Amino acid sequence: MILKPPLTDKDVKELKAGDRVLITGKVYAARDAAHKRMEGNPPFDVKGQILYYASPTPTPPGKIIGSIGPTTASRMDAFTPELLKKGLKGMIGKGSRSKEVIEAIKKYKAVYFVVPGGVAALLSKHVKKSRIIAYPELGPEALLELDVVDFPAIAAIDSEGNNILELGKKKFRHGI
Amino acid sequence: MREISVKKITEALKNLCIEANTNVSEDVEEALNKALAREDSPAGREVLRQIIRNIEIARKEKLPLCQDTGTAVVFIELGQDVRLIDGMLEEAINEGVSLGYHKGFLRKSIVDDPLKRKNTGDNTPAVIHTEIVPGEKIKIGLLCKGGGAENRSAIKMFKPTSSKEEIEQFILETVEKAGPDACPPFIVGVGIGGNFDSVTLIAKKALLRPVGRHSSDILIAKWEKELLKKTNDLGIGPMGLGGRTTALVVNIEKRPCHISSLPVAVNIECHAHRYKEITL
Repeated sequence: MILKPPLTDKDVKELKAGDRVLITGKVYAARDAAHKRMEGNPPFDVKGQILYYASPTPTPPGKIIGSIGPTTASRMDAFTPELLKKGLKGMIGKGSRSKEVIEAIKKYKAVYFVVPGGVAALLSKHVKKSRIIAYPELGPEALLELDVVDFPAIAAIDSEGNNILELGKKKFRHGI
Repeated sequence: MREISVKKITEALKNLCIEANTNVSEDVEEALNKALAREDSPAGREVLRQIIRNIEIARKEKLPLCQDTGTAVVFIELGQDVRLIDGMLEEAINEGVSLGYHKGFLRKSIVDDPLKRKNTGDNTPAVIHTEIVPGEKIKIGLLCKGGGAENRSAIKMFKPTSSKEEIEQFILETVEKAGPDACPPFIVGVGIGGNFDSVTLIAKKALLRPVGRHSSDILIAKWEKELLKKTNDLGIGPMGLGGRTTALVVNIEKRPCHISSLPVAVNIECHAHRYKEITL
Protein backbone atom coordinates (compact mmCIF):
# COMPACT_ATOMS: atom_id res chain seq x y z
CA MET A 1 0.00 0.00 0.00
CA ILE A 2 1.33 3.46 -0.92
CA LEU A 3 0.81 6.35 1.49
CA LYS A 4 1.21 10.01 0.65
CA PRO A 5 1.03 12.42 3.58
CA PRO A 6 -0.77 14.56 4.63
CA LEU A 7 -3.07 11.71 5.71
CA THR A 8 -6.82 12.02 6.12
CA ASP A 9 -9.07 10.18 8.59
CA LYS A 10 -10.12 8.00 5.66
CA ASP A 11 -6.50 7.04 4.83
CA VAL A 12 -5.88 6.16 8.45
CA LYS A 13 -9.04 4.11 8.91
CA GLU A 14 -8.14 1.94 5.93
CA LEU A 15 -4.86 0.91 7.54
CA LYS A 16 -4.87 -2.29 9.59
CA ALA A 17 -2.23 -3.49 12.04
CA GLY A 18 0.25 -5.62 10.11
CA ASP A 19 -0.19 -3.78 6.78
CA ARG A 20 3.02 -3.02 4.95
CA VAL A 21 3.17 0.48 3.49
CA LEU A 22 5.50 2.54 1.36
CA ILE A 23 5.51 6.21 2.33
CA THR A 24 6.27 8.85 -0.28
CA GLY A 25 6.26 12.55 0.58
CA LYS A 26 7.17 14.61 3.62
CA VAL A 27 7.81 13.20 7.07
CA TYR A 28 9.24 15.10 10.04
CA ALA A 29 12.12 13.72 12.11
CA ALA A 30 12.03 14.56 15.80
CA ARG A 31 13.18 12.80 18.98
CA ASP A 32 13.37 13.49 22.71
CA ALA A 33 14.73 17.04 22.91
CA ALA A 34 12.68 18.28 19.93
CA HIS A 35 9.51 16.82 21.48
CA LYS A 36 10.19 18.70 24.69
CA ARG A 37 10.59 21.95 22.70
CA MET A 38 7.46 21.29 20.61
CA GLU A 39 5.23 20.98 23.68
CA GLY A 40 2.29 23.37 23.35
CA ASN A 41 3.64 25.07 20.24
CA PRO A 42 4.90 22.88 17.38
CA PRO A 43 6.89 24.95 14.85
CA PHE A 44 4.94 23.45 11.91
CA ASP A 45 1.33 22.46 11.29
CA VAL A 46 1.18 18.83 12.40
CA LYS A 47 -2.30 18.29 10.89
CA GLY A 48 -2.27 15.13 8.79
CA GLN A 49 1.49 14.77 9.10
CA ILE A 50 3.79 11.90 10.08
CA LEU A 51 6.53 12.18 12.70
CA TYR A 52 9.58 9.95 12.42
CA TYR A 53 11.34 9.36 15.74
CA ALA A 54 14.87 9.63 14.44
CA SER A 55 18.05 11.64 14.26
CA PRO A 56 20.59 10.82 11.58
CA THR A 57 24.33 10.46 11.61
CA PRO A 58 26.17 13.42 10.03
CA THR A 59 25.86 13.61 6.24
CA PRO A 60 29.02 12.32 4.53
CA PRO A 61 30.27 14.23 1.47
CA GLY A 62 28.27 13.41 -1.65
CA LYS A 63 25.31 11.93 0.27
CA ILE A 64 21.86 13.35 0.92
CA ILE A 65 21.77 12.24 4.54
CA GLY A 66 23.62 9.96 6.94
CA SER A 67 22.19 6.74 8.35
CA ILE A 68 18.70 7.27 9.74
CA GLY A 69 16.77 4.56 11.55
CA PRO A 70 14.10 4.77 14.24
CA THR A 71 14.67 5.41 17.92
CA THR A 72 12.57 3.97 20.77
CA ALA A 73 9.05 5.39 20.44
CA SER A 74 8.02 4.94 24.08
CA ARG A 75 10.30 7.79 25.15
CA MET A 76 7.99 10.11 23.19
CA ASP A 77 4.80 8.71 24.80
CA ALA A 78 4.32 11.57 27.25
CA PHE A 79 4.30 14.15 24.44
CA THR A 80 2.23 12.18 21.93
CA PRO A 81 -1.48 12.54 22.94
CA GLU A 82 -1.26 16.35 22.68
CA LEU A 83 0.21 16.11 19.16
CA LEU A 84 -2.49 13.64 18.13
CA LYS A 85 -5.12 16.04 19.46
CA LYS A 86 -3.63 18.73 17.22
CA GLY A 87 -4.15 16.45 14.19
CA LEU A 88 -0.93 14.44 13.87
CA LYS A 89 -1.90 11.30 11.92
CA GLY A 90 1.16 9.10 11.90
CA MET A 91 4.25 8.21 13.88
CA ILE A 92 7.18 6.04 12.81
CA GLY A 93 9.41 4.46 15.43
CA LYS A 94 10.42 1.20 17.03
CA GLY A 95 8.98 -0.63 19.98
CA SER A 96 5.81 -0.47 22.04
CA ARG A 97 3.58 2.44 23.06
CA SER A 98 1.80 3.26 26.33
CA LYS A 99 -1.91 2.66 26.99
CA GLU A 100 -2.48 6.43 26.95
CA VAL A 101 -0.95 6.72 23.48
CA ILE A 102 -2.99 3.78 22.17
CA GLU A 103 -6.17 5.38 23.56
CA ALA A 104 -5.25 8.68 21.86
CA ILE A 105 -4.52 6.84 18.59
CA LYS A 106 -8.06 5.44 18.73
CA LYS A 107 -9.70 8.67 19.84
CA TYR A 108 -8.07 10.98 17.28
CA LYS A 109 -7.74 8.35 14.52
CA ALA A 110 -4.05 7.92 13.85
CA VAL A 111 -1.61 5.11 13.16
CA TYR A 112 1.72 4.09 14.62
CA PHE A 113 4.19 2.54 12.17
CA VAL A 114 7.32 0.57 13.00
CA VAL A 115 10.49 0.14 11.00
CA PRO A 116 13.31 -2.17 12.09
CA GLY A 117 15.82 -0.55 14.39
CA GLY A 118 19.41 -0.77 13.30
CA VAL A 119 18.81 -0.79 9.54
CA ALA A 120 19.67 2.87 9.25
CA ALA A 121 21.96 2.66 6.22
CA LEU A 122 19.21 0.92 4.24
CA LEU A 123 16.54 3.42 5.31
CA SER A 124 18.75 6.39 4.39
CA LYS A 125 18.43 5.29 0.74
CA HIS A 126 14.75 6.25 0.84
CA VAL A 127 15.46 9.85 1.88
CA LYS A 128 15.76 12.17 -1.09
CA LYS A 129 15.99 15.53 0.67
CA SER A 130 16.56 16.76 4.20
CA ARG A 131 16.43 20.19 5.81
CA ILE A 132 16.40 21.54 9.35
CA ILE A 133 13.15 23.38 10.04
CA ALA A 134 13.62 24.11 13.77
CA TYR A 135 15.95 23.83 16.76
CA PRO A 136 19.31 23.72 14.91
CA GLU A 137 20.96 24.28 18.29
CA LEU A 138 19.96 20.73 19.28
CA GLY A 139 22.56 19.36 16.87
CA PRO A 140 21.67 15.76 16.03
CA GLU A 141 18.27 16.27 17.70
CA ALA A 142 17.16 19.18 15.46
CA LEU A 143 13.70 18.95 13.84
CA LEU A 144 14.04 17.85 10.20
CA GLU A 145 11.74 17.85 7.22
CA LEU A 146 12.50 14.82 5.07
CA ASP A 147 11.35 14.00 1.57
CA VAL A 148 11.08 10.22 1.44
CA VAL A 149 10.32 7.86 -1.43
CA ASP A 150 8.93 4.35 -0.95
CA PHE A 151 9.95 4.42 2.71
CA PRO A 152 9.04 0.90 3.95
CA ALA A 153 7.09 0.70 7.21
CA ILE A 154 4.61 -1.60 8.93
CA ALA A 155 1.38 -0.38 10.55
CA ALA A 156 1.88 -1.63 14.11
CA ILE A 157 -1.02 0.01 15.97
CA ASP A 158 -4.05 0.91 13.88
CA SER A 159 -6.83 3.44 14.53
CA GLU A 160 -8.90 0.76 16.27
CA GLY A 161 -6.06 -0.02 18.68
CA ASN A 162 -5.09 -3.38 17.17
CA ASN A 163 -1.44 -3.95 18.00
CA ILE A 164 0.75 -6.22 15.88
CA LEU A 165 3.47 -6.22 18.55
CA GLU A 166 1.09 -7.98 20.96
CA LEU A 167 -0.58 -10.20 18.37
CA GLY A 168 2.72 -11.36 16.85
CA LYS A 169 4.25 -12.30 20.18
CA LYS A 170 1.20 -14.34 21.20
CA LYS A 171 1.36 -16.32 18.00
CA PHE A 172 4.98 -17.42 18.48
CA ARG A 173 5.02 -17.85 22.26
CA HIS A 174 5.72 -21.35 23.53
CA GLY A 175 5.17 -23.00 26.88
CA ILE A 176 5.56 -19.98 29.15
CA MET B 1 59.99 -3.62 29.07
CA ARG B 2 58.50 -2.55 25.74
CA GLU B 3 57.74 1.07 24.93
CA ILE B 4 54.50 1.85 23.10
CA SER B 5 53.55 5.36 22.01
CA VAL B 6 50.05 6.39 23.03
CA LYS B 7 49.79 7.92 19.55
CA LYS B 8 49.44 4.36 18.27
CA ILE B 9 46.52 3.88 20.65
CA THR B 10 44.86 7.04 19.33
CA GLU B 11 45.28 5.85 15.75
CA ALA B 12 43.97 2.38 16.60
CA LEU B 13 40.89 3.77 18.36
CA LYS B 14 40.11 6.11 15.47
CA ASN B 15 40.13 3.17 13.05
CA LEU B 16 38.19 0.88 15.41
CA CYS B 17 35.37 3.47 15.77
CA ILE B 18 34.86 3.62 12.00
CA GLU B 19 35.36 -0.11 11.44
CA ALA B 20 33.01 -1.17 14.25
CA ASN B 21 30.21 1.12 13.09
CA THR B 22 30.33 0.26 9.40
CA ASN B 23 31.59 -3.31 9.14
CA VAL B 24 29.79 -5.93 11.21
CA SER B 25 31.92 -8.90 12.28
CA GLU B 26 31.45 -12.19 10.46
CA ASP B 27 30.25 -14.02 13.59
CA VAL B 28 27.27 -11.65 13.96
CA GLU B 29 26.41 -11.83 10.27
CA GLU B 30 26.63 -15.62 10.30
CA ALA B 31 24.33 -15.82 13.33
CA LEU B 32 21.79 -13.59 11.56
CA ASN B 33 21.91 -15.74 8.44
CA LYS B 34 21.36 -18.88 10.52
CA ALA B 35 18.45 -17.16 12.27
CA LEU B 36 16.89 -16.31 8.91
CA ALA B 37 17.16 -19.96 7.85
CA ARG B 38 15.18 -21.19 10.86
CA GLU B 39 12.75 -18.29 11.36
CA ASP B 40 9.09 -19.28 10.75
CA SER B 41 7.49 -15.87 11.05
CA PRO B 42 7.05 -14.12 7.66
CA ALA B 43 7.37 -10.68 9.30
CA GLY B 44 10.40 -11.90 11.25
CA ARG B 45 12.02 -13.20 8.07
CA GLU B 46 11.42 -9.89 6.31
CA VAL B 47 13.06 -7.98 9.19
CA LEU B 48 16.07 -10.34 9.21
CA ARG B 49 16.44 -9.87 5.46
CA GLN B 50 16.43 -6.08 5.94
CA ILE B 51 19.01 -6.37 8.71
CA ILE B 52 21.31 -8.46 6.50
CA ARG B 53 20.78 -6.13 3.52
CA ASN B 54 21.60 -3.18 5.80
CA ILE B 55 24.88 -4.84 6.81
CA GLU B 56 25.82 -5.16 3.13
CA ILE B 57 24.95 -1.53 2.32
CA ALA B 58 26.82 -0.23 5.39
CA ARG B 59 29.92 -2.23 4.52
CA LYS B 60 29.91 -1.28 0.84
CA GLU B 61 29.23 2.42 1.33
CA LYS B 62 31.01 2.81 4.67
CA LEU B 63 27.80 4.07 6.26
CA PRO B 64 26.98 3.52 9.93
CA LEU B 65 24.71 0.48 10.43
CA CYS B 66 22.63 2.39 12.91
CA GLN B 67 22.12 6.12 13.44
CA ASP B 68 22.87 5.51 17.11
CA THR B 69 26.60 5.00 16.84
CA GLY B 70 26.67 4.53 20.56
CA THR B 71 28.75 5.17 23.61
CA ALA B 72 32.37 4.20 22.96
CA VAL B 73 33.09 1.54 25.57
CA VAL B 74 36.81 0.81 25.54
CA PHE B 75 38.39 -2.31 27.05
CA ILE B 76 42.12 -2.06 27.59
CA GLU B 77 44.25 -5.04 28.55
CA LEU B 78 47.61 -3.50 29.30
CA GLY B 79 50.62 -5.78 29.57
CA GLN B 80 52.53 -5.20 32.80
CA ASP B 81 55.78 -4.98 30.86
CA VAL B 82 54.57 -2.13 28.63
CA ARG B 83 55.73 1.40 29.22
CA LEU B 84 53.44 3.95 27.60
CA ILE B 85 55.17 7.02 26.20
CA ASP B 86 54.24 10.30 24.47
CA GLY B 87 51.26 11.14 26.66
CA MET B 88 48.47 9.94 28.92
CA LEU B 89 46.47 6.79 28.13
CA GLU B 90 43.03 8.24 28.83
CA GLU B 91 43.64 11.36 26.74
CA ALA B 92 44.96 9.23 23.88
CA ILE B 93 41.83 7.04 23.95
CA ASN B 94 39.47 10.02 23.95
CA GLU B 95 41.40 11.68 21.15
CA GLY B 96 41.06 8.49 19.09
CA VAL B 97 37.30 8.36 19.73
CA SER B 98 36.92 12.03 18.86
CA LEU B 99 38.86 11.59 15.60
CA GLY B 100 37.01 8.41 14.68
CA TYR B 101 33.55 9.93 15.24
CA HIS B 102 34.43 13.02 13.20
CA LYS B 103 36.23 11.35 10.31
CA GLY B 104 33.70 8.52 10.15
CA PHE B 105 30.68 10.88 10.14
CA LEU B 106 29.35 9.06 13.19
CA ARG B 107 26.68 10.58 15.41
CA LYS B 108 27.84 12.29 18.58
CA SER B 109 25.54 11.04 21.31
CA ILE B 110 27.27 11.99 24.56
CA VAL B 111 26.11 14.85 26.81
CA ASP B 112 28.48 16.49 29.30
CA ASP B 113 26.13 16.33 32.27
CA PRO B 114 23.26 13.88 32.81
CA LEU B 115 20.97 16.66 34.03
CA LYS B 116 22.04 19.74 32.04
CA ARG B 117 22.50 17.59 28.89
CA LYS B 118 24.74 19.60 26.59
CA ASN B 119 26.26 17.51 23.77
CA THR B 120 30.06 17.31 24.04
CA GLY B 121 30.25 17.37 20.24
CA ASP B 122 32.80 14.60 19.76
CA ASN B 123 31.26 11.56 21.48
CA THR B 124 33.76 11.72 24.35
CA PRO B 125 34.37 10.87 27.07
CA ALA B 126 34.57 7.17 26.33
CA VAL B 127 33.77 4.66 29.05
CA ILE B 128 37.14 3.04 29.73
CA HIS B 129 37.85 -0.26 31.50
CA THR B 130 41.54 -0.94 32.07
CA GLU B 131 43.01 -4.22 33.23
CA ILE B 132 46.68 -4.96 33.87
CA VAL B 133 47.66 -8.35 32.41
CA PRO B 134 50.95 -10.26 32.01
CA GLY B 135 53.08 -9.57 28.96
CA GLU B 136 54.25 -6.68 26.84
CA LYS B 137 51.32 -6.14 24.55
CA ILE B 138 48.25 -3.96 24.73
CA LYS B 139 44.84 -5.22 23.61
CA ILE B 140 42.22 -2.62 22.74
CA GLY B 141 38.57 -3.63 22.43
CA LEU B 142 35.86 -1.18 21.36
CA LEU B 143 32.15 -1.75 21.85
CA CYS B 144 29.92 0.94 20.37
CA LYS B 145 26.87 0.49 22.55
CA GLY B 146 23.51 1.91 21.48
CA GLY B 147 21.34 3.67 24.04
CA GLY B 148 18.06 1.86 23.36
CA ALA B 149 19.33 -1.57 24.34
CA GLU B 150 21.48 -0.28 27.19
CA ASN B 151 18.37 1.37 28.70
CA ARG B 152 16.69 -2.03 29.02
CA SER B 153 19.49 -3.66 31.01
CA ALA B 154 18.95 -4.55 34.66
CA ILE B 155 20.61 -5.65 37.89
CA LYS B 156 19.15 -7.55 40.83
CA MET B 157 20.71 -8.56 44.14
CA PHE B 158 19.47 -12.10 44.89
CA LYS B 159 19.74 -13.99 48.17
CA PRO B 160 22.54 -16.57 48.28
CA THR B 161 19.82 -19.18 48.74
CA SER B 162 17.86 -18.08 45.64
CA SER B 163 17.26 -20.84 43.12
CA LYS B 164 18.50 -21.13 39.58
CA GLU B 165 14.83 -20.86 38.49
CA GLU B 166 14.48 -17.46 40.19
CA ILE B 167 17.59 -16.20 38.39
CA GLU B 168 16.25 -17.55 35.13
CA GLN B 169 12.93 -15.80 35.67
CA PHE B 170 14.72 -12.47 36.20
CA ILE B 171 16.77 -12.90 33.02
CA LEU B 172 13.68 -13.77 30.96
CA GLU B 173 11.66 -10.92 32.50
CA THR B 174 14.42 -8.48 31.58
CA VAL B 175 14.42 -9.72 27.99
CA GLU B 176 10.63 -9.55 27.90
CA LYS B 177 10.62 -5.96 29.15
CA ALA B 178 13.27 -5.05 26.57
CA GLY B 179 10.77 -6.50 24.11
CA PRO B 180 10.47 -4.78 20.74
CA ASP B 181 12.01 -1.52 22.02
CA ALA B 182 15.62 -2.63 22.28
CA CYS B 183 16.05 -3.99 18.72
CA PRO B 184 15.76 -7.77 18.87
CA PRO B 185 17.23 -10.22 18.01
CA PHE B 186 19.42 -9.52 21.02
CA ILE B 187 22.76 -10.60 22.28
CA VAL B 188 22.13 -11.15 25.99
CA GLY B 189 25.03 -10.73 28.40
CA VAL B 190 24.50 -12.12 31.90
CA GLY B 191 26.81 -11.52 34.87
CA ILE B 192 26.44 -13.69 37.96
CA GLY B 193 28.42 -13.09 41.16
CA GLY B 194 31.04 -10.51 42.04
CA ASN B 195 29.52 -7.44 43.69
CA PHE B 196 27.26 -4.54 42.71
CA ASP B 197 29.83 -2.91 40.42
CA SER B 198 31.69 -5.91 39.02
CA VAL B 199 28.56 -7.87 38.10
CA THR B 200 27.53 -5.26 35.51
CA LEU B 201 31.01 -5.24 34.02
CA ILE B 202 31.09 -9.02 33.60
CA ALA B 203 27.61 -8.88 32.04
CA LYS B 204 29.02 -6.42 29.52
CA LYS B 205 32.13 -8.54 28.98
CA ALA B 206 29.84 -11.49 28.25
CA LEU B 207 28.76 -9.55 25.13
CA LEU B 208 32.32 -9.51 23.81
CA ARG B 209 32.63 -13.23 23.19
CA PRO B 210 32.52 -14.20 19.52
CA VAL B 211 28.85 -14.88 18.78
CA GLY B 212 28.21 -18.61 19.04
CA ARG B 213 31.09 -19.44 21.40
CA HIS B 214 29.77 -20.85 24.65
CA SER B 215 31.28 -20.66 28.13
CA SER B 216 34.24 -22.97 28.78
CA ASP B 217 32.39 -24.15 31.91
CA ILE B 218 30.31 -27.13 30.74
CA LEU B 219 27.39 -26.52 33.09
CA ILE B 220 27.25 -22.82 32.25
CA ALA B 221 27.45 -23.63 28.53
CA LYS B 222 24.47 -25.98 28.95
CA TRP B 223 22.55 -23.29 30.82
CA GLU B 224 23.33 -20.76 28.06
CA LYS B 225 21.75 -23.10 25.49
CA GLU B 226 18.67 -23.69 27.69
CA LEU B 227 18.28 -19.97 28.30
CA LEU B 228 18.55 -19.21 24.59
CA LYS B 229 15.74 -21.64 23.88
CA LYS B 230 13.55 -20.15 26.62
CA THR B 231 14.34 -16.63 25.38
CA ASN B 232 13.29 -17.57 21.88
CA ASP B 233 10.14 -19.21 23.23
CA LEU B 234 9.04 -15.75 24.42
CA GLY B 235 7.90 -15.19 20.82
CA ILE B 236 9.02 -11.54 20.64
CA GLY B 237 10.89 -12.13 17.37
CA PRO B 238 12.82 -9.75 15.11
CA MET B 239 11.74 -6.17 15.84
CA GLY B 240 9.04 -7.53 18.13
CA LEU B 241 6.73 -8.54 15.29
CA GLY B 242 6.55 -12.11 16.56
CA GLY B 243 8.89 -14.96 15.71
CA ARG B 244 11.39 -17.54 16.87
CA THR B 245 14.44 -15.29 16.92
CA THR B 246 14.35 -13.11 20.02
CA ALA B 247 18.05 -13.57 20.80
CA LEU B 248 21.06 -14.79 18.85
CA VAL B 249 22.91 -15.91 21.97
CA VAL B 250 22.76 -15.76 25.76
CA ASN B 251 26.27 -15.53 27.26
CA ILE B 252 26.93 -15.98 30.98
CA GLU B 253 30.01 -14.90 32.93
CA LYS B 254 30.42 -15.67 36.64
CA ARG B 255 32.71 -14.53 39.45
CA PRO B 256 33.30 -15.42 43.11
CA CYS B 257 31.12 -13.44 45.54
CA HIS B 258 30.35 -12.70 49.21
CA ILE B 259 28.57 -15.31 51.37
CA SER B 260 25.61 -12.91 51.71
CA SER B 261 25.31 -12.05 48.05
CA LEU B 262 24.24 -13.31 44.67
CA PRO B 263 24.21 -10.35 42.27
CA VAL B 264 22.86 -10.87 38.74
CA ALA B 265 23.09 -8.35 35.89
CA VAL B 266 21.60 -8.58 32.41
CA ASN B 267 23.09 -6.38 29.71
CA ILE B 268 20.93 -6.22 26.59
CA GLU B 269 22.69 -5.72 23.25
CA CYS B 270 20.89 -5.06 19.96
CA HIS B 271 21.46 -7.07 16.77
CA ALA B 272 23.67 -4.24 15.46
CA HIS B 273 26.48 -5.54 17.65
CA ARG B 274 29.50 -3.36 17.01
CA TYR B 275 32.61 -4.77 18.64
CA LYS B 276 36.13 -4.79 17.28
CA GLU B 277 39.51 -5.37 18.88
CA ILE B 278 43.17 -5.04 18.04
CA THR B 279 46.40 -6.01 19.78
CA LEU B 280 49.44 -3.73 19.59
